[in-house]
Amino acid sequence: MELELPLERREVGRLRAGDVLCLSGTLVTARDRAHARALELGCAPVELKSIYHCGPLVRRARGGWEVVSAGPTTSARMEGYIGSMLELFGTTVVVGKGGFSEKARETLRDRCVYLAFTGGAGALAARAVRRVVEVHWLELGMPEALWVLEVKSFGPLVVAMDARGGSLYHR
Amino acid sequence: MLDELVELIRTAVVRLPTDVRAALEHALEAEAEELPKLQLRMMLENAACAEEHRIPLCQDTGVPVFFLRGEWEPGMEHLLAEAVRRATEEVPLRPCIVHPLSRSNTGDNTGVHVPVVHRLGHEEPRSITFMPKGAGSENCSAAALLSPSAGAEEIAEFVAEVVRRAGAKPCPPVVLGVGVGGTLEHAALLSKLALLQPLGSANSEPELAELEERILSRVNALGTGAMGFGGRSTCLGVHLLAAHCHTASLPVAVSVQCWAHRRATLVERAGRLEVVQP
Repeated sequence: MELELPLERREVGRLRAGDVLCLSGTLVTARDRAHARALELGCAPVELKSIYHCGPLVRRARGGWEVVSAGPTTSARMEGYIGSMLELFGTTVVVGKGGFSEKARETLRDRCVYLAFTGGAGALAARAVRRVVEVHWLELGMPEALWVLEVKSFGPLVVAMDARGGSLYHR
Repeated sequence: MLDELVELIRTAVVRLPTDVRAALEHALEAEAEELPKLQLRMMLENAACAEEHRIPLCQDTGVPVFFLRGEWEPGMEHLLAEAVRRATEEVPLRPCIVHPLSRSNTGDNTGVHVPVVHRLGHEEPRSITFMPKGAGSENCSAAALLSPSAGAEEIAEFVAEVVRRAGAKPCPPVVLGVGVGGTLEHAALLSKLALLQPLGSANSEPELAELEERILSRVNALGTGAMGFGGRSTCLGVHLLAAHCHTASLPVAVSVQCWAHRRATLVERAGRLEVVQP
């Protein structure tokens, strides 16, 4: 299944835990510090509808940036922020690894889907990044900045927690 | 020497050691369910992709940790730090190292006591092993000071509980290094040294080898599976090292390592330096 970002809530509701899909479009990386800052400010310099829990390895190339390796980071660290992110930024897609706890099944309900990419597969993930559109908050350090990535057929991603309470981590 | 050290670091972060690849292939053959099989296939495909393009297989290039065997000059720590700085630019590595409180990133993967350097024994040939330690798995590591009467069964139970609680967070299938005995810090160091053993090898003491086996089967019965999607492959291997300890205590430390169990060694043979991997 190939899906184009951003996803509307209606589309998210059709996905089921266990589905496998690929994404194309714009994904924004955000980890602990970017979440904390966005929620503290109550706004962000870029739309946060599609979030990637990732601290990419990036290098300067041809006057811009090139993603070298960009697998997912552990999503559990961001669990405390997720409810507020959905409220404030209307996030509908979170890509990460390892999932959230049982409690988050209700937080995600009717609003957001959690997709897992293979942890550690940073080289493969980087192949799906067509370009770095822009970067914000680089002063937080390379891993913690908001990297706006254009991805093409990024996957296979597993629907690990769906918007109907389904979760592969809690069976 | 600096060039060889940069090459050591590059090899470790780019090329998944053969023993880990073989263990992943074996896990894939043994796995019955589709989703965990997909994860294991992705891990192997990723390893091949990283090697082909000479890029770090995981973006978390970790905390740089070195293990020195044999006599190395006192200034080695500076040279290792310089190699890490150069590797950060040239490989490249992701700048991962921050101040523990301000969280300010140093930008070059060095800092106070970073790289971590362990000087071990005086055996020949001289060697330097590099093992980058990612945070996703390290955050799941744990230590406990068990009751001296605990014994093997309780040690196995403690380790299995650490892995159960970790769930999908450390990127399973994991590799476990277990340190038993000594003092708190020694058990922790032993758990890291245990991770340097060739994957699948057994401790030479039958009693300890039996405990490794017991832990492995308990952990693989948890059903966490590859990336938490169930199945048989929660752990690729358990390596245990032991030291004597105080009559009143039983320290146990477990270092949880992700499937991307990266390591490489620079060995000195007949005055020449050569990078080898298990």
